[in-house]
Amino acid sequence: MALKDMLFHTSEWLKGTGPNSDVVISSRIRLARNISLESFPHWANEKQLKIISDKIQEAAKAIDIFKDALFLNLNDLDNVDKQFLIERHLMSHEHALNPVSKALIVDPQEIFSIMVNEEDHLRIQVMKSGFDLASAYKIIDNIDNAFAKKLNFAFSKSWGYLTACPTNTGTGMRGSVMLHLSGLVMLQQINKVLQAISKLGFTARGLYGEGTQATGNFFQISNQYSLGRNEQEIIDNINGVIQQVIEQEQLARQALAKQHKVMLEDRIWRSYGVLKNAYLISSQETIEHLSVVRLGIDLGIIKEVNKKAIDDLFILIQPSHLQKIENRKLTHEERDQKRAELVRKSLGVIRP
Amino acid sequence: MLCDICAKNQATVHLTEIVDGQITELHLCERCAKEKSSQMEQQFGLSDLLAGLVDFGKNIEEKEDLKLKCPNCKLTYREFKKIGRLGCSECYATFSKYLEFLLKSIHGANQHVGKIPGCPPLAKTKEKAKTQVLEAEDRLDELKDKLSQAIAQEAFEEAAKLRDSIKELETKEKQKKEK
Repeated sequence: MALKDMLFHTSEWLKGTGPNSDVVISSRIRLARNISLESFPHWANEKQLKIISDKIQEAAKAIDIFKDALFLNLNDLDNVDKQFLIERHLMSHEHALNPVSKALIVDPQEIFSIMVNEEDHLRIQVMKSGFDLASAYKIIDNIDNAFAKKLNFAFSKSWGYLTACPTNTGTGMRGSVMLHLSGLVMLQQINKVLQAISKLGFTARGLYGEGTQATGNFFQISNQYSLGRNEQEIIDNINGVIQQVIEQEQLARQALAKQHKVMLEDRIWRSYGVLKNAYLISSQETIEHLSVVRLGIDLGIIKEVNKKAIDDLFILIQPSHLQKIENRKLTHEERDQKRAELVRKSLGVIRP
Repeated sequence: MLCDICAKNQATVHLTEIVDGQITELHLCERCAKEKSSQMEQQFGLSDLLAGLVDFGKNIEEKEDLKLKCPNCKLTYREFKKIGRLGCSECYATFSKYLEFLLKSIHGANQHVGKIPGCPPLAKTKEKAKTQVLEAEDRLDELKDKLSQAIAQEAFEEAAKLRDSIKELETKEKQKKEK
Protein backbone atom coordinates (compact mmCIF):
# COMPACT_ATOMS: atom_id res chain seq x y z
CA MET A 1 0.00 0.00 0.00
CA ALA A 2 1.46 3.33 -1.03
CA LEU A 3 0.15 6.85 -0.56
CA LYS A 4 -0.87 7.03 -4.19
CA ASP A 5 -3.30 4.12 -3.75
CA MET A 6 -5.36 6.29 -1.46
CA LEU A 7 -6.05 8.72 -4.28
CA PHE A 8 -9.24 7.22 -5.63
CA HIS A 9 -10.32 5.56 -2.45
CA THR A 10 -13.04 7.60 -0.78
CA SER A 11 -11.93 8.85 2.61
CA GLU A 12 -13.94 7.45 5.47
CA TRP A 13 -15.06 10.94 6.41
CA LEU A 14 -16.50 11.69 2.98
CA LYS A 15 -18.26 8.41 2.34
CA GLY A 16 -21.61 10.11 2.80
CA THR A 17 -22.91 7.21 4.87
CA GLY A 18 -23.70 6.82 8.55
CA PRO A 19 -26.46 8.44 10.63
CA ASN A 20 -27.80 11.90 9.58
CA SER A 21 -25.43 12.03 6.63
CA ASP A 22 -27.40 14.79 4.90
CA VAL A 23 -26.22 17.27 7.55
CA VAL A 24 -23.39 15.48 9.33
CA ILE A 25 -20.35 14.68 7.24
CA SER A 26 -18.22 12.92 9.81
CA SER A 27 -17.47 12.35 13.49
CA ARG A 28 -13.96 12.39 14.85
CA ILE A 29 -12.33 11.74 18.20
CA ARG A 30 -8.75 12.44 19.09
CA LEU A 31 -6.74 11.62 22.18
CA ALA A 32 -3.59 13.42 23.29
CA ARG A 33 -1.10 11.13 25.02
CA ASN A 34 2.46 11.57 26.25
CA ILE A 35 5.17 9.34 27.57
CA SER A 36 5.93 9.92 31.22
CA LEU A 37 9.06 12.01 31.96
CA GLU A 38 10.03 12.52 28.29
CA SER A 39 10.12 16.17 27.24
CA PHE A 40 7.09 17.27 25.23
CA PRO A 41 7.91 17.69 21.52
CA HIS A 42 8.22 21.50 21.53
CA TRP A 43 10.72 21.27 24.44
CA ALA A 44 12.66 18.18 23.34
CA ASN A 45 15.90 18.24 21.35
CA GLU A 46 16.46 16.26 18.15
CA LYS A 47 18.01 13.30 19.92
CA GLN A 48 15.13 13.06 22.41
CA LEU A 49 12.57 13.40 19.61
CA LYS A 50 14.15 10.51 17.77
CA ILE A 51 14.09 8.30 20.87
CA ILE A 52 10.42 9.11 21.43
CA SER A 53 9.46 8.50 17.82
CA ASP A 54 11.32 5.16 17.74
CA LYS A 55 9.75 4.08 21.00
CA ILE A 56 6.22 4.81 19.76
CA GLN A 57 6.71 3.21 16.36
CA GLU A 58 8.25 0.13 17.93
CA ALA A 59 5.29 -0.18 20.28
CA ALA A 60 2.82 0.27 17.42
CA LYS A 61 4.52 -2.36 15.25
CA ALA A 62 3.88 -4.93 17.98
CA ILE A 63 0.16 -4.14 18.11
CA ASP A 64 -2.15 -6.18 15.93
CA ILE A 65 -4.39 -3.22 15.00
CA PHE A 66 -1.47 -1.67 13.12
CA LYS A 67 -0.41 -4.69 11.10
CA ASP A 68 -1.58 -3.18 7.79
CA ALA A 69 -0.84 0.42 8.72
CA LEU A 70 1.56 2.72 6.89
CA PHE A 71 4.45 4.07 8.97
CA LEU A 72 5.62 7.36 7.49
CA ASN A 73 8.53 9.50 8.66
CA LEU A 74 7.71 13.07 7.72
CA ASN A 75 11.33 13.77 6.77
CA ASP A 76 10.96 11.28 3.90
CA LEU A 77 7.91 12.99 2.41
CA ASP A 78 7.92 15.81 -0.12
CA ASN A 79 5.61 18.80 0.17
CA VAL A 80 2.97 17.42 -2.16
CA ASP A 81 2.75 14.23 -0.09
CA LYS A 82 2.44 16.18 3.14
CA GLN A 83 -0.21 18.46 1.69
CA PHE A 84 -2.00 15.38 0.34
CA LEU A 85 -2.24 13.93 3.86
CA ILE A 86 -3.50 17.24 5.24
CA GLU A 87 -6.12 17.49 2.51
CA ARG A 88 -7.34 14.02 3.49
CA HIS A 89 -7.57 15.11 7.13
CA LEU A 90 -5.05 12.49 8.20
CA MET A 91 -2.78 15.04 9.81
CA SER A 92 -2.62 18.71 10.75
CA HIS A 93 -0.85 21.66 9.14
CA GLU A 94 1.29 21.98 12.27
CA HIS A 95 2.53 18.43 11.85
CA ALA A 96 3.90 19.22 8.39
CA LEU A 97 5.95 22.16 9.66
CA ASN A 98 9.43 21.37 10.96
CA PRO A 99 9.35 17.62 10.19
CA VAL A 100 12.31 16.50 12.32
CA SER A 101 11.55 13.13 13.94
CA LYS A 102 7.85 13.44 13.33
CA ALA A 103 5.96 10.44 12.06
CA LEU A 104 2.50 9.45 10.96
CA ILE A 105 0.89 6.03 11.31
CA VAL A 106 -2.04 5.68 8.93
CA ASP A 107 -4.70 3.08 8.50
CA PRO A 108 -5.16 2.22 4.78
CA GLN A 109 -8.92 2.52 5.33
CA GLU A 110 -8.22 5.99 6.73
CA ILE A 111 -10.31 5.39 9.83
CA PHE A 112 -7.46 6.03 12.21
CA SER A 113 -4.19 7.95 12.06
CA ILE A 114 -1.60 8.71 14.69
CA MET A 115 0.59 11.80 14.63
CA VAL A 116 3.87 11.19 16.45
CA ASN A 117 5.58 14.25 17.97
CA GLU A 118 3.02 16.84 16.97
CA GLU A 119 2.06 19.01 19.97
CA ASP A 120 2.01 15.87 22.11
CA HIS A 121 3.98 12.64 21.71
CA LEU A 122 0.87 10.91 20.39
CA ARG A 123 -2.19 12.38 18.80
CA ILE A 124 -4.48 9.48 18.02
CA GLN A 125 -7.50 10.21 15.84
CA VAL A 126 -10.39 8.09 14.65
CA MET A 127 -12.84 9.21 12.02
CA LYS A 128 -16.25 7.79 11.13
CA SER A 129 -18.74 8.74 8.47
CA GLY A 130 -21.93 10.46 9.60
CA PHE A 131 -23.03 11.25 13.14
CA ASP A 132 -21.42 8.44 15.09
CA LEU A 133 -19.07 9.46 17.92
CA ALA A 134 -19.91 6.31 19.87
CA SER A 135 -18.31 3.94 17.33
CA ALA A 136 -15.36 6.28 16.88
CA TYR A 137 -14.81 6.17 20.65
CA LYS A 138 -14.96 2.38 20.74
CA ILE A 139 -12.17 2.14 18.17
CA ILE A 140 -9.97 4.80 19.74
CA ASP A 141 -10.45 3.32 23.21
CA ASN A 142 -9.03 0.03 21.93
CA ILE A 143 -6.05 1.72 20.31
CA ASP A 144 -5.39 3.69 23.49
CA ASN A 145 -5.58 0.56 25.65
CA ALA A 146 -3.21 -1.30 23.36
CA PHE A 147 -0.65 1.52 23.60
CA ALA A 148 -1.08 1.78 27.37
CA LYS A 149 0.19 -1.80 27.69
CA LYS A 150 3.45 -0.88 25.95
CA LEU A 151 4.06 2.75 26.88
CA ASN A 152 4.08 4.44 30.26
CA PHE A 153 1.67 7.31 29.71
CA ALA A 154 2.04 10.59 31.60
CA PHE A 155 -0.90 10.56 34.00
CA SER A 156 -1.82 12.05 37.36
CA LYS A 157 -4.71 10.98 39.57
CA SER A 158 -5.98 14.49 40.05
CA TRP A 159 -5.39 15.89 36.57
CA GLY A 160 -5.64 12.85 34.33
CA TYR A 161 -3.57 12.61 31.14
CA LEU A 162 -0.86 15.29 31.15
CA THR A 163 -0.43 17.19 27.91
CA ALA A 164 1.91 19.87 26.56
CA CYS A 165 -0.87 22.44 26.55
CA PRO A 166 -3.05 22.67 29.66
CA THR A 167 -6.14 23.09 27.47
CA ASN A 168 -5.99 19.34 26.71
CA THR A 169 -5.24 18.05 30.19
CA GLY A 170 -7.65 15.54 31.73
CA THR A 171 -9.16 13.10 29.28
CA GLY A 172 -6.91 14.51 26.54
CA MET A 173 -9.96 13.98 24.40
CA ARG A 174 -11.54 16.16 21.79
CA GLY A 175 -14.64 14.98 19.97
CA SER A 176 -15.69 16.86 16.88
CA VAL A 177 -18.45 16.61 14.39
CA MET A 178 -18.27 18.08 10.90
CA LEU A 179 -21.52 19.55 9.70
CA HIS A 180 -22.73 20.92 6.39
CA LEU A 181 -24.90 23.86 7.43
CA SER A 182 -25.75 25.45 4.12
CA GLY A 183 -29.39 26.11 5.08
CA LEU A 184 -28.48 28.08 8.20
CA VAL A 185 -25.83 30.03 6.29
CA MET A 186 -28.24 30.90 3.50
CA LEU A 187 -30.86 32.11 5.96
CA GLN A 188 -28.17 34.05 7.83
CA GLN A 189 -28.98 32.23 11.04
CA ILE A 190 -25.61 30.61 11.41
CA ASN A 191 -24.03 33.21 13.71
CA LYS A 192 -26.84 32.88 16.18
CA VAL A 193 -26.34 29.13 16.31
CA LEU A 194 -22.56 29.39 16.60
CA GLN A 195 -22.81 31.95 19.39
CA ALA A 196 -25.17 29.72 21.35
CA ILE A 197 -22.76 26.82 20.89
CA SER A 198 -19.80 28.75 22.23
CA LYS A 199 -21.75 29.73 25.32
CA LEU A 200 -22.27 26.03 26.04
CA GLY A 201 -18.56 25.29 26.04
CA PHE A 202 -18.12 24.18 22.44
CA THR A 203 -16.06 25.65 19.63
CA ALA A 204 -16.85 25.86 15.94
CA ARG A 205 -14.07 25.82 13.39
CA GLY A 206 -13.64 25.57 9.64
CA LEU A 207 -12.93 22.60 7.40
CA TYR A 208 -9.29 22.09 8.42
CA GLY A 209 -9.50 22.59 12.17
CA GLU A 210 -7.87 25.19 14.33
CA GLY A 211 -7.59 28.66 12.87
CA THR A 212 -9.21 27.85 9.54
CA GLN A 213 -12.14 29.58 7.89
CA ALA A 214 -15.45 27.96 7.28
CA THR A 215 -15.36 27.26 3.55
CA GLY A 216 -18.22 25.59 1.77
CA ASN A 217 -20.50 25.97 4.80
CA PHE A 218 -18.66 23.20 6.62
CA PHE A 219 -18.31 23.60 10.36
CA GLN A 220 -16.48 21.46 12.88
CA ILE A 221 -18.01 21.60 16.32
CA SER A 222 -16.01 20.25 19.24
CA ASN A 223 -15.83 20.22 23.01
CA GLN A 224 -13.69 22.83 24.68
CA TYR A 225 -13.23 21.29 28.10
CA SER A 226 -11.37 18.07 28.72
CA LEU A 227 -11.04 18.07 32.52
CA GLY A 228 -13.77 17.40 35.09
CA ARG A 229 -15.96 15.31 32.79
CA ASN A 230 -15.45 11.72 31.79
CA GLU A 231 -15.28 10.51 28.21
CA GLN A 232 -18.88 9.36 28.10
CA GLU A 233 -20.15 12.69 29.46
CA ILE A 234 -18.16 14.60 26.87
CA ILE A 235 -19.61 12.47 24.09
CA ASP A 236 -23.16 12.78 25.50
CA ASN A 237 -22.79 16.57 25.67
CA ILE A 238 -21.57 16.87 22.11
CA ASN A 239 -24.33 14.56 20.90
CA GLY A 240 -26.95 16.67 22.65
CA VAL A 241 -25.74 19.89 21.08
CA ILE A 242 -25.23 18.42 17.62
CA GLN A 243 -28.73 16.92 17.69
CA GLN A 244 -30.12 20.42 18.16
CA VAL A 245 -27.96 21.93 15.45
CA ILE A 246 -29.16 19.21 13.06
CA GLU A 247 -32.76 20.10 13.89
CA GLN A 248 -32.08 23.80 13.31
CA GLU A 249 -30.46 23.06 9.98
CA GLN A 250 -33.37 20.89 8.92
CA LEU A 251 -35.83 23.62 9.88
CA ALA A 252 -33.79 26.13 7.90
CA ARG A 253 -33.83 23.86 4.86
CA GLN A 254 -37.59 23.42 5.13
CA ALA A 255 -38.09 27.18 5.45
CA LEU A 256 -35.91 27.77 2.41
CA ALA A 257 -37.81 25.23 0.35
CA LYS A 258 -41.17 26.70 1.35
CA GLN A 259 -40.69 30.44 1.68
CA HIS A 260 -37.74 31.16 -0.56
CA LYS A 261 -38.22 28.51 -3.19
CA VAL A 262 -37.29 30.62 -6.22
CA MET A 263 -34.25 32.18 -4.55
CA LEU A 264 -33.10 28.73 -3.49
CA GLU A 265 -33.55 27.18 -6.91
CA ASP A 266 -31.79 30.12 -8.48
CA ARG A 267 -28.75 29.69 -6.21
CA ILE A 268 -28.61 25.95 -6.73
CA TRP A 269 -28.92 25.94 -10.52
CA ARG A 270 -26.49 28.85 -10.87
CA SER A 271 -23.86 26.99 -8.85
CA TYR A 272 -24.48 23.89 -10.91
CA GLY A 273 -24.14 26.03 -14.03
CA VAL A 274 -20.79 27.45 -12.93
CA LEU A 275 -19.38 24.02 -12.15
CA LYS A 276 -20.48 22.63 -15.50
CA ASN A 277 -19.19 25.54 -17.54
CA ALA A 278 -16.07 26.93 -15.88
CA TYR A 279 -12.71 26.52 -17.58
CA LEU A 280 -10.67 28.11 -14.80
CA ILE A 281 -11.77 27.79 -11.21
CA SER A 282 -10.09 28.16 -7.79
CA SER A 283 -10.53 25.56 -5.06
CA GLN A 284 -12.31 28.10 -2.86
CA GLU A 285 -14.90 28.87 -5.55
CA THR A 286 -15.33 25.19 -6.39
CA ILE A 287 -16.00 24.29 -2.78
CA GLU A 288 -18.57 27.09 -2.40
CA HIS A 289 -20.51 25.87 -5.46
CA LEU A 290 -20.16 22.18 -4.60
CA SER A 291 -21.65 23.01 -1.22
CA VAL A 292 -24.73 24.60 -2.80
CA VAL A 293 -25.11 21.74 -5.27
CA ARG A 294 -24.88 19.25 -2.41
CA LEU A 295 -27.77 21.05 -0.73
CA GLY A 296 -29.68 20.90 -4.03
CA ILE A 297 -29.22 17.13 -4.12
CA ASP A 298 -30.25 16.74 -0.45
CA LEU A 299 -33.42 18.74 -1.13
CA GLY A 300 -34.24 16.72 -4.24
CA ILE A 301 -33.96 19.76 -6.52
CA ILE A 302 -31.05 18.34 -8.52
CA LYS A 303 -31.76 14.72 -9.37
CA GLU A 304 -29.37 14.09 -12.23
CA VAL A 305 -26.18 14.08 -10.13
CA ASN A 306 -24.91 11.39 -7.83
CA LYS A 307 -24.12 12.79 -4.37
CA LYS A 308 -21.05 10.64 -4.07
CA ALA A 309 -19.57 12.30 -7.16
CA ILE A 310 -19.96 15.66 -5.42
CA ASP A 311 -18.53 14.42 -2.13
CA ASP A 312 -15.51 12.92 -3.92
CA LEU A 313 -14.89 16.22 -5.68
CA PHE A 314 -14.53 18.07 -2.36
CA ILE A 315 -11.33 16.07 -1.90
CA LEU A 316 -10.07 15.61 -5.43
CA ILE A 317 -10.13 19.28 -6.45
CA GLN A 318 -7.58 20.26 -3.80
CA PRO A 319 -4.09 21.32 -4.97
CA SER A 320 -2.09 18.25 -3.95
CA HIS A 321 -4.76 15.84 -5.12
CA LEU A 322 -4.79 17.44 -8.58
CA GLN A 323 -1.01 17.12 -8.73
CA LYS A 324 -1.16 13.47 -7.68
CA ILE A 325 -3.77 12.77 -10.37
CA GLU A 326 -1.62 14.46 -13.03
CA ASN A 327 1.50 12.97 -11.51
CA ARG A 328 3.49 16.19 -11.87
CA LYS A 329 3.85 19.63 -10.36
CA LEU A 330 1.26 22.11 -11.57
CA THR A 331 1.37 25.89 -11.55
CA HIS A 332 -1.44 27.85 -10.00
CA GLU A 333 -3.07 28.50 -13.34
CA GLU A 334 -2.66 24.90 -14.52
CA ARG A 335 -4.38 23.76 -11.35
CA ASP A 336 -7.35 26.05 -11.92
CA GLN A 337 -7.63 24.67 -15.43
CA LYS A 338 -7.25 20.99 -14.48
CA ARG A 339 -9.68 21.50 -11.62
CA ALA A 340 -12.34 22.92 -13.94
CA GLU A 341 -11.74 20.03 -16.32
CA LEU A 342 -12.08 17.42 -13.58
CA VAL A 343 -15.30 18.99 -12.28
CA ARG A 344 -16.88 19.16 -15.74
CA LYS A 345 -15.96 15.54 -16.42
CA SER A 346 -17.39 14.37 -13.10
CA LEU A 347 -20.63 16.19 -13.88
CA GLY A 348 -20.86 14.44 -17.24
CA VAL A 349 -20.10 17.41 -19.48
CA ILE A 350 -18.46 16.24 -22.70
CA ARG A 351 -17.26 18.85 -25.15
CA PRO A 352 -14.91 18.44 -28.09
CA MET B 1 -18.84 62.37 14.92
CA LEU B 2 -15.87 61.46 12.71
CA CYS B 3 -13.77 58.32 12.98
CA ASP B 4 -10.79 58.59 15.38
CA ILE B 5 -8.46 56.77 12.99
CA CYS B 6 -9.15 58.06 9.48
CA ALA B 7 -11.04 61.24 10.47
CA LYS B 8 -12.94 60.98 7.19
CA ASN B 9 -15.99 58.79 7.69
CA GLN B 10 -18.80 58.92 10.21
CA ALA B 11 -17.99 56.89 13.31
CA THR B 12 -20.56 54.14 13.75
CA VAL B 13 -18.69 51.78 16.08
CA HIS B 14 -18.03 52.92 19.64
CA LEU B 15 -15.62 51.05 21.88
CA THR B 16 -15.36 51.67 25.60
CA GLU B 17 -12.61 49.96 27.53
CA ILE B 18 -12.32 50.01 31.29
CA VAL B 19 -8.99 48.85 32.69
CA ASP B 20 -8.34 49.41 36.40
CA GLY B 21 -10.86 52.23 36.46
CA GLN B 22 -9.26 53.98 33.46
CA ILE B 23 -11.84 54.63 30.78
CA THR B 24 -10.75 54.92 27.15
CA GLU B 25 -13.21 55.55 24.35
CA LEU B 26 -12.67 54.93 20.68
CA HIS B 27 -15.05 55.97 17.89
CA LEU B 28 -14.49 54.29 14.57
CA CYS B 29 -16.04 54.10 11.13
CA GLU B 30 -17.00 50.66 9.93
CA ARG B 31 -13.95 50.22 7.72
CA CYS B 32 -11.41 51.16 10.37
CA ALA B 33 -13.24 49.06 12.95
CA LYS B 34 -12.99 46.05 10.68
CA GLU B 35 -9.28 46.59 10.21
CA LYS B 36 -8.72 47.04 13.90
CA SER B 37 -10.62 43.92 14.82
CA SER B 38 -8.71 41.80 12.32
CA GLN B 39 -5.46 43.19 13.74
CA MET B 40 -6.62 42.25 17.19
CA GLU B 41 -7.51 38.76 16.10
CA GLN B 42 -4.12 38.26 14.51
CA GLN B 43 -2.26 39.46 17.53
CA PHE B 44 -4.35 37.59 19.99
CA GLY B 45 -3.40 33.93 19.68
CA LEU B 46 -4.15 31.05 22.01
CA SER B 47 -0.75 31.25 23.66
CA ASP B 48 -1.37 34.91 24.56
CA LEU B 49 -4.66 33.93 26.01
CA LEU B 50 -3.02 31.25 28.13
CA ALA B 51 -0.19 33.49 29.18
CA GLY B 52 -2.90 35.98 30.16
CA LEU B 53 -4.63 33.39 32.25
CA VAL B 54 -1.41 32.49 34.00
CA ASP B 55 -0.96 36.18 34.70
CA PHE B 56 -4.39 36.26 36.19
CA GLY B 57 -3.04 34.44 39.23
CA LYS B 58 -0.36 37.02 39.85
CA ASN B 59 -1.73 37.95 43.22
CA ILE B 60 -0.47 34.61 44.50
CA GLU B 61 2.81 34.81 42.66
CA GLU B 62 6.12 35.76 44.21
CA LYS B 63 9.13 37.05 42.41
CA GLU B 64 11.37 34.09 43.16
CA ASP B 65 8.78 31.75 41.67
CA LEU B 66 9.72 32.99 38.22
CA LYS B 67 12.97 31.09 38.71
CA LEU B 68 11.20 27.91 39.78
CA LYS B 69 12.58 25.16 37.57
CA CYS B 70 11.36 21.67 36.67
CA PRO B 71 14.02 19.22 37.94
CA ASN B 72 13.31 16.83 35.07
CA CYS B 73 13.25 19.00 31.94
CA LYS B 74 14.67 22.29 33.28
CA LEU B 75 11.77 24.44 32.09
CA THR B 76 11.42 27.50 34.31
CA TYR B 77 8.18 29.06 35.41
CA ARG B 78 9.15 32.20 33.50
CA GLU B 79 9.47 30.13 30.30
CA PHE B 80 6.19 28.40 30.91
CA LYS B 81 4.52 31.78 31.29
CA LYS B 82 6.03 32.92 28.03
CA ILE B 83 5.15 29.91 25.86
CA GLY B 84 2.00 28.73 27.58
CA ARG B 85 3.07 25.10 27.38
CA LEU B 86 4.62 22.69 29.86
CA GLY B 87 7.95 20.98 29.20
CA CYS B 88 7.24 17.46 30.47
CA SER B 89 4.92 15.51 32.77
CA GLU B 90 7.03 16.49 35.82
CA CYS B 91 6.30 20.17 35.19
CA TYR B 92 2.77 19.52 36.38
CA ALA B 93 4.12 18.66 39.83
CA THR B 94 6.69 21.47 39.81
CA PHE B 95 4.20 24.20 38.95
CA SER B 96 1.18 22.62 40.61
CA LYS B 97 0.40 25.73 42.66
CA TYR B 98 -0.24 27.75 39.51
CA LEU B 99 -1.70 24.96 37.44
CA GLU B 100 -4.41 24.35 40.01
CA PHE B 101 -5.69 27.84 39.28
CA LEU B 102 -5.00 27.78 35.55
CA LEU B 103 -6.73 24.45 34.90
CA LYS B 104 -9.76 25.65 36.77
CA SER B 105 -9.96 28.80 34.68
CA ILE B 106 -9.64 26.82 31.46
CA HIS B 107 -11.90 23.86 32.22
CA GLY B 108 -14.07 25.10 35.05
CA ALA B 109 -12.86 22.08 37.03
CA ASN B 110 -9.59 20.70 38.34
CA GLN B 111 -10.30 17.07 39.14
CA HIS B 112 -9.98 14.34 36.53
CA VAL B 113 -12.94 11.97 36.52
CA GLY B 114 -12.30 10.13 33.26
CA LYS B 115 -10.39 7.12 32.10
CA ILE B 116 -7.38 5.79 34.02
CA PRO B 117 -4.74 3.89 32.03
CA GLY B 118 -4.95 0.15 32.58
CA CYS B 119 -8.26 0.34 34.47
CA PRO B 120 -11.64 -0.98 33.31
CA PRO B 121 -14.02 1.69 31.96
CA LEU B 122 -15.80 3.79 34.55
CA ALA B 123 -19.33 2.85 35.36
CA LYS B 124 -21.58 5.86 35.53
CA THR B 125 -21.07 7.27 38.99
CA LYS B 126 -23.81 6.87 41.53
CA GLU B 127 -22.59 9.96 43.23
CA LYS B 128 -23.51 12.15 40.32
CA ALA B 129 -26.16 14.05 42.25
CA LYS B 130 -23.64 14.81 44.96
CA THR B 131 -21.10 16.17 42.50
CA GLN B 132 -23.77 18.37 40.99
CA VAL B 133 -24.36 20.05 44.31
CA LEU B 134 -20.63 20.53 44.68
CA GLU B 135 -20.45 21.95 41.22
CA ALA B 136 -23.11 24.51 42.06
CA GLU B 137 -21.20 25.57 45.16
CA ASP B 138 -17.98 25.89 43.21
CA ARG B 139 -19.73 27.93 40.61
CA LEU B 140 -21.13 30.25 43.30
CA ASP B 141 -17.68 30.80 44.78
CA GLU B 142 -16.32 31.54 41.36
CA LEU B 143 -19.05 34.08 40.61
CA LYS B 144 -18.54 35.80 43.94
CA ASP B 145 -14.81 36.10 43.25
CA LYS B 146 -15.54 37.61 39.89
CA LEU B 147 -18.03 40.00 41.43
CA SER B 148 -15.54 41.44 43.91
CA GLN B 149 -13.04 41.80 41.08
CA ALA B 150 -15.55 43.60 38.92
CA ILE B 151 -16.39 45.97 41.75
CA ALA B 152 -12.71 46.66 42.39
CA GLN B 153 -12.31 47.53 38.71
CA GLU B 154 -15.49 49.62 38.76
CA ALA B 155 -16.94 47.52 35.97
CA PHE B 156 -20.43 48.02 37.28
CA GLU B 157 -22.34 46.73 34.29
CA GLU B 158 -20.46 43.44 34.55
CA ALA B 159 -20.96 43.46 38.32
CA ALA B 160 -24.71 43.86 37.96
CA LYS B 161 -24.87 40.88 35.64
CA LEU B 162 -22.81 38.79 38.06
CA ARG B 163 -25.00 39.80 40.99
CA ASP B 164 -28.08 38.65 39.08
CA SER B 165 -26.48 35.32 38.19
CA ILE B 166 -25.53 34.76 41.82
CA LYS B 167 -29.05 35.51 42.99
CA GLU B 168 -30.51 33.21 40.39
CA LEU B 169 -28.18 30.37 41.30
CA GLU B 170 -28.82 30.81 45.03
CA THR B 171 -32.61 30.66 44.63
CA LYS B 172 -32.28 27.60 42.42
CA GLU B 173 -30.17 25.80 44.99
CA LYS B 174 -32.56 26.81 47.76
CA GLN B 175 -35.52 25.43 45.84
CA LYS B 176 -33.67 22.22 45.21
CA LYS B 177 -32.89 21.79 48.88
CA GLU B 178 -36.49 22.50 49.89
CA LYS B 179 -37.70 19.81 47.55
